[in-house]
Amino acid sequence: MSDATVLNLVLYLPVLGALALPAIPVRREDLTRALALAVMGLQFLLTAYLYARFDPAVAGLQFETRLPWIPSWGVSYQIGLDGFNVLLVLLTAFLGPLVVAGAFTAIRKDVKLFHAMVLLLQFTMLGTFLAQDLFLFYLFWEAMLIPMFLIIGVWGGERRVYATVKFVLYTAFGSILMLGAVIYLAYAAHAGSGVSSFAFADLYRTTLPVPAQTVLLAAFALSFAIKVPMVPFHTWLPDAHVEAPTAGSVILAGVLLKMGTYGFLKLGFPLFPDATRLFTPAIMTLSVVSILYGAGLALVQTDIKRVIAYSSISHLGYVMLGLVSADLLGIQGAILQMVSHGLTAGGLFLLVGMIYERCHTRELAAYGGLARILPVYSVFFMILTLAAIGLPTTSGFTGEFLVLLGAFSAAWQQYELGAVQPLALSGAAVLGVVLGALYMLRLAGRLLFGEARVPHQPVVDLALREKLVLGAIVAGVFALGLYPQEPLRKSELAARQYQELLARGVGAGGPARAPEARPPRPAGQTAGKTP
Amino acid sequence: MLSLYLAIPLAPLVGSIVSGLFRRAVGRAGAHWVTIVGVALATVLSGVVFWHTVVLGAAPFNASVYTWALSGGLRFEVGFLVDSLSASMILVVSFVSLMVHIYTIGYMREDPGYQRFFSYISLFTFAMLMLVMSNNFLQLFFGWEAVGLASYLLIGFWYERETAIAANLKAFLVNRAGDFGFLLGIAAVLAHFGSLDYGEVFAAAPGLKDVTVQVLPGVEWSLMTLVGILLFVGAMGKSAQVPLHVWLPDSMEGPTPISALIHAATMVTAGIFMVARMSPIYELSDTALSFVLVIGAVTAFFMGLVGLVQNDIKRVVAYSTLSQLGYMTVALGASAYAAGVFHLVTHAFFKALLFLAAGSVIIAMHHEQDIRRMGGIRRHMPVTYWTSLVGSLALIGFPGFSGFFSKDAILEAVHHSQRPGAGFAYLALVAGVYVTALYTFRMFFLVFHGRPRMDPHTLEHLHEGPAVITVPLIGLAIPSMLAGAVLVGPMLFGDYFRDAIRVLPANDVLAEWGGHYSGVLGFVAHGLSAPPVWLAMAGVVTAWYLYLARPDLPERLHGALRPLHSLLEKGYGFDAFYRRVLAGGARALGGVLWRLGDQRVIDGWLVNGSARTAGLLSGLVRRIQTGYLYQYAFAMIAGLVALLGWFVRG
Repeated sequence: MSDATVLNLVLYLPVLGALALPAIPVRREDLTRALALAVMGLQFLLTAYLYARFDPAVAGLQFETRLPWIPSWGVSYQIGLDGFNVLLVLLTAFLGPLVVAGAFTAIRKDVKLFHAMVLLLQFTMLGTFLAQDLFLFYLFWEAMLIPMFLIIGVWGGERRVYATVKFVLYTAFGSILMLGAVIYLAYAAHAGSGVSSFAFADLYRTTLPVPAQTVLLAAFALSFAIKVPMVPFHTWLPDAHVEAPTAGSVILAGVLLKMGTYGFLKLGFPLFPDATRLFTPAIMTLSVVSILYGAGLALVQTDIKRVIAYSSISHLGYVMLGLVSADLLGIQGAILQMVSHGLTAGGLFLLVGMIYERCHTRELAAYGGLARILPVYSVFFMILTLAAIGLPTTSGFTGEFLVLLGAFSAAWQQYELGAVQPLALSGAAVLGVVLGALYMLRLAGRLLFGEARVPHQPVVDLALREKLVLGAIVAGVFALGLYPQEPLRKSELAARQYQELLARGVGAGGPARAPEARPPRPAGQTAGKTP
Repeated sequence: MLSLYLAIPLAPLVGSIVSGLFRRAVGRAGAHWVTIVGVALATVLSGVVFWHTVVLGAAPFNASVYTWALSGGLRFEVGFLVDSLSASMILVVSFVSLMVHIYTIGYMREDPGYQRFFSYISLFTFAMLMLVMSNNFLQLFFGWEAVGLASYLLIGFWYERETAIAANLKAFLVNRAGDFGFLLGIAAVLAHFGSLDYGEVFAAAPGLKDVTVQVLPGVEWSLMTLVGILLFVGAMGKSAQVPLHVWLPDSMEGPTPISALIHAATMVTAGIFMVARMSPIYELSDTALSFVLVIGAVTAFFMGLVGLVQNDIKRVVAYSTLSQLGYMTVALGASAYAAGVFHLVTHAFFKALLFLAAGSVIIAMHHEQDIRRMGGIRRHMPVTYWTSLVGSLALIGFPGFSGFFSKDAILEAVHHSQRPGAGFAYLALVAGVYVTALYTFRMFFLVFHGRPRMDPHTLEHLHEGPAVITVPLIGLAIPSMLAGAVLVGPMLFGDYFRDAIRVLPANDVLAEWGGHYSGVLGFVAHGLSAPPVWLAMAGVVTAWYLYLARPDLPERLHGALRPLHSLLEKGYGFDAFYRRVLAGGARALGGVLWRLGDQRVIDGWLVNGSARTAGLLSGLVRRIQTGYLYQYAFAMIAGLVALLGWFVRG
């Protein structure tokens, strides 16, 4: 089997799994769960195999499949792995089995339908990351909404209807704009080059006039910014998180939010370099506002899930900051921060789910001193809290530290050219590190420390299944914190390609920022000893 | 050599992991054995390294061990720089840590979290060793955060106490506030030097000393000033300098062994160490050094004053630590880095000793910490008494004891310094000597002398602790006595540090003064002829008069000086200010943003507003859908007519 076939298999396995579900008798919920877990597990193993085979020295797509689909429009079925998506695909496949295993006891209603939805969601998310054709990308992007809508709407909490309507309203609003932009973009590309194509590679080659770029980027950016979410397009997120079942929250925080930042990374910024330069100050400002605003709001929440939801807004602000810095470190840091946030927020939502299953409330005030009652649970909670704060040796540090260093490198350079704003914003972003410690440790402190009390007695500590799920996440957190070298290598060429794409454009006088966004220094000189 | 260097931090790490993760399997005894063996190994190896590097004068070792990340041309590494500075630090850290580990066996004997405690303090030892052995800024930051984490975990060790968890949160946050500056400083270094390696940055620093940065409109700073001050903000957090000192007194909520190890001897000196390590950068900025000097002087004097009014035995020692850290900081600011590190070393011994002795008293007193309820303990606890006396004499700088040499060196250095602020600093430090002696012996007399003020039951049971308590006390008392005399010659005036600390000839106050150095006895004789020693004596006499001879006087003085007293008791109101203005402000702002921003404006107007608008619109549209056939037909016909008309006209 060729690697490209394996990649297709990875993509379609969840569909096959979902199709097989109806064959299982309704009563056999255990079989349903086992099947879903097996499918997800196999998918992860295959993805891990592909990840290991992924050659960091090759620029562009690997394991590519390209088949004509609607030739008259120039639409093709094209998927493949590259440095942009390889880590996110791995993250998605990694979280898949954990989501299923994490929901073993939580979901009691319509078990089959639930697993079908989770599998389909997995399929559409992977499709969105893998698609290398704008048309295909848009299809997956939109299809993703449906299972998510159902997961929150059917298995959600009390105010689930409000939350789903808000979620759909927001994202559909963004999608409509994006649809218009997609059509216009294909049209304009055709008019420019005479070739009808939706392939990203072809779209990268076309350069549109600046006004068209501006309009298109605005449409794409709005759609992506809602998904990220960036302030002020974020209010759907806390509601969706609070109402979603644990599995929904984990997928939402772990993978779905990355769609927005991935969209910026892969499409928004590289497709419209001139407009990006124009928007950079605004986007950078919004990123830093998101960091601080999310942190500020996380500080005053009384619902545990809301704290983590707002913290997501703050953490993804760092991703955006890294992306707009256009500095190599910043971009790579942003990619790692996406993965890291997927692990930490995903893990924290799992933990909240576990305590909710035991005590049926998410009110922070109802808990205290869990370190005494649930020692194992508390250790996991503490580790993930520290990872979210960005303590060294955890993934959170790798992401945040690289993003901040990258943002500063770029900002100091622009400062020397006379621009103060980036430097001031980068400085403000570091304040988020202080606030992050404040809201996370406040949460952990109230939950784990103090006089021991729970609203529901007796509570039992984590079962083996739960320990395994959390153990896997913690292993990922430390792997990225201690050994970020491998993932960084796998994304480096893509990050460089992103820089090159940003540096082109019709803007007179060439790029405002050189792709090598760091002061020139003699070859071989490094931050450490040269070996 | 590399594997030897690696073994030094890793041995405690292994101990920490084993006692932490396998606490059931190893049991209580297993936990203390595995960690103590790890730390003992680190101590022995540190001794070897010290001998090799400092005594035999081997060339510094500088190499990387592990490439953490590589991006573009930048390398982020883990590596060791072993020179006289780091060799001295690792010996002090591992030795004090070893003493504290042994002491813990006695102090925590009845605690249910026994294994967890050993795991944490070994983890701390690992992190601290990584910090001081680092050869680059990345690892420095690694260690910096990791010691902070260990401190957080240990302050909150008794996590069911509300005061303990308030204190550990505060410690972490204040340190994070310092890290804010520290990170900015590291980012500025990377942006301008394109490297995080000490060697490369220090080599390039003189070439960049004329680069200026506009920090505010109209205010130009040199890059070195900016970097120096930003990094020092980090040091202010870690080494508890005003105004980021507020966490240290509260950190006393943690068990006493960690107060000795982390909050007196080692972690809090990380900032001092860092500035000394960065001497090639600081030397290029008089402004940054002046800033350091003044902050240190303020801390040294004003925190010492607060120590006068504390009644908790640990808090007295904690304020004393703040004050002594101020002394070290002043030395750095005066370019007398060697004197700063010298005081760091002697202070590590005598302050750890004082804390452990305080702990010994606390156990004997059944966890009573108020010195007003002690007294006359001397007779019951001779070892604790005599070692405390050694520690106290070292602290006040009694001639011949270790603190005398290091403190006198700092005073002389500041006296000779021409740097702006040095005059103020000298006054503050000299006045501080009197204050130090006063609060130290106030505590000493109240605890050990006079009439017993505890309840009869406690008095009956007063007794000296077991060997695991007394041996570390004696182990620390010896260097508290001797370290000064042994080290003063080589460290201050010899070539002890060689290239590890760089001082510009124009700033070298120690060399200027060193011309007069004529051996230890000459140093002592010189000290006896200078005012500080007599001020210290005066402090002791005052304490004796007030607390032993005329114990009624303090009450009356207290009444007369009420406003001053209450100002000191409130610690100048820093805590209240932070709690109300900063913490309260952040929460209030978050609340306002949430209610106003998220709930009213975005959700209320935009989201639900648009939902309402959509609802209204669909209501209107629904009106049109009346269901009456004739209305539809009419509409169709009207449309048809309009279309036809349009075609015809076109």
